[in-house]
Amino acid sequence: MTTPFALHAARIVERRLEAEDIHSFVTRFVDPEVRRKFTFAPGQFNMLYAYGVGEVPISIVSDPADPTRLEHTIRIAGRVTAVMTGWQVGDVIGIRGPYGKGWPLDSARGREVVIVTGGLGCAPVVGVINYIFRRREEFGTLHILHGVKTPNDLLYRERFDAWRLHPRTRVYLTADQPDKSWHYRVGVVTNLFDELVVSPTAVAMMCGPEAMMRAAIRSLRRKGIAEEAIFLSLERNMQCAFGLCGHCQLGPLFFCKDGPVFAYPQVKRWFGVSGI
Amino acid sequence: MAGTGESRAAFLLPKDRVNDLIDLLWARGFRVVGPVVRNGAVVIDEVRAVQDLPVGRRDDQEAGVYRLQEAGGDLLFGVVNGPGSLKGIFYLPREPLIEMRRERGGFAVREVAEETQPVAALGVRPCDLAALEIQDRVFIGGRFRDTHYERRRQGLLSIVVNCTRAAPTCFCSSMGTGPAAPAGCDLALTELDGRLLVDVGSAAGEELVGTLALEVAPPADVAAARSEVDACATSMARAVDRSDLPGLLFDEVESPQWDDVARRCLSCGNCTMVCPTCFCHAVVEVPALDNASSQRVRQWDSCFSYEFAHIAGKNFRPRIRDRYRQWLTHKLASWIDQFGTSGCVGCGRCISWCPVGIDLTAEVAAIRARRGGTPS
Repeated sequence: MTTPFALHAARIVERRLEAEDIHSFVTRFVDPEVRRKFTFAPGQFNMLYAYGVGEVPISIVSDPADPTRLEHTIRIAGRVTAVMTGWQVGDVIGIRGPYGKGWPLDSARGREVVIVTGGLGCAPVVGVINYIFRRREEFGTLHILHGVKTPNDLLYRERFDAWRLHPRTRVYLTADQPDKSWHYRVGVVTNLFDELVVSPTAVAMMCGPEAMMRAAIRSLRRKGIAEEAIFLSLERNMQCAFGLCGHCQLGPLFFCKDGPVFAYPQVKRWFGVSGI
Repeated sequence: MAGTGESRAAFLLPKDRVNDLIDLLWARGFRVVGPVVRNGAVVIDEVRAVQDLPVGRRDDQEAGVYRLQEAGGDLLFGVVNGPGSLKGIFYLPREPLIEMRRERGGFAVREVAEETQPVAALGVRPCDLAALEIQDRVFIGGRFRDTHYERRRQGLLSIVVNCTRAAPTCFCSSMGTGPAAPAGCDLALTELDGRLLVDVGSAAGEELVGTLALEVAPPADVAAARSEVDACATSMARAVDRSDLPGLLFDEVESPQWDDVARRCLSCGNCTMVCPTCFCHAVVEVPALDNASSQRVRQWDSCFSYEFAHIAGKNFRPRIRDRYRQWLTHKLASWIDQFGTSGCVGCGRCISWCPVGIDLTAEVAAIRARRGGTPS
């Protein structure tokens, strides 16, 4: 098969409930040849296919050191993902990929890393956080800043608590509308930057609502971090994943092949323009 | 350039021998396509004989207007263009790409690929050949190649007809895509009284001319053909000022003109359907009724559709203003960053087929007039 739309059968080998409506699936390609050839970088995504239903782009959260065991985290967002969360161990699904450009991990080596996320949590940054933990000595201090609207939106509370225990890792949480159980900061994510002590040579990686990212960029700039060192994972409608279907455009960029991770200067011109 | 034919002699094809050319092409294994009338408009479809061409017809076009008329006479190519172009020949409006078939414990995947036959495009306009070259860049010019497009596109023989009359909606002169045939087409025709001047642009074209044993054209015919095409070039009523065009549109993302055009635009998507370069498509799942198999189908989509930039929980372009701005800015500006060429060939179809007569050339001029200032 020569068409770039060709997909490969993969079997679900592990299924895990992360939070309400959020599941992680570990998959293995059925064809050993496909398994052998597949490689990816953190931040890249695959198109996942449910037979008779359709495809969606989902970022890969597992470690690139073992591409035979691909993990994706799926949140029910629409028609196709609703079906996918019913996948069981042993089911055969379709996968094609990997697509797009991932996080700048090579240039981040030896530097401090600031991760900013918000809302319902972001699979793309979970992948990069895990990547850094497995190679902890290669990176400087890791700062994880996460903002939610209400404590209920903090879907991976145990995970954040576990991340705190890693060496040279700081976790900063805030909620806009806290309740009595909340013992972290109160307010929007940019408030967390008051506590953040970070070198201007740090690399920032973020994912979440655009308004949050815009505010976070201003805060990062005030810390002396260059625009070129700020990276964003962005979302658009994607149907082909390789720049032909046209749905994911922003100005001259195709999110599927030029992104989904962008250096801020690439998107700055359009960032915040309404309806672009 | 074949259209001006400086280096090679031009030939004459008498109109009563056009069927010989069509027969020869079919005999050589080509599927011959060209302008034919369907439902009162010219589209590109199979041509078996000269009578299939819109002989004696003429098109009246204006913003929001398209009418075919019986003009009489024996003009084979009196119609400039219609809603159809070569796009629909190589990039099908709807096409299955792969098929999954249920098997025990999973499914098998195969590519859906029908037999293809090389196409001979007879009597297509220079702007449409330019549009095809642009679609080539999109579908087969990058790292990911659309194999369905590529298979159909292979072996194309192009017999272009130079324009000697511009429709009022035409502006190819300003886009640099016509009215003379571009270099690289196999043959270029110019219609004269009772005969066609034939310029040769390739070895394949030369071989056809030799097989048909066409006579060399007298210099007077060559001169007449050139002057008609030249006159056509200067006759065009519409134009796009391309100076700093990407810069203009990128700078003017908040131009009040977008709101102005959005009050008229119906967001129907006609402009994108008739555009010979618009390539955006949806990829949809079509399961068989018995669920024993399921296909992934590619079908033309339009950036004017409400769902186009929609993801679960967010629509990036909810307003018509957003979608018109995306279309025009993509076509004339970001296309250049993406593919090294403008996405517009000046064929004017989007103007004629817009139900409310929105004119791309007028919108660009209005944005330019309002540049950097507030509306008067």
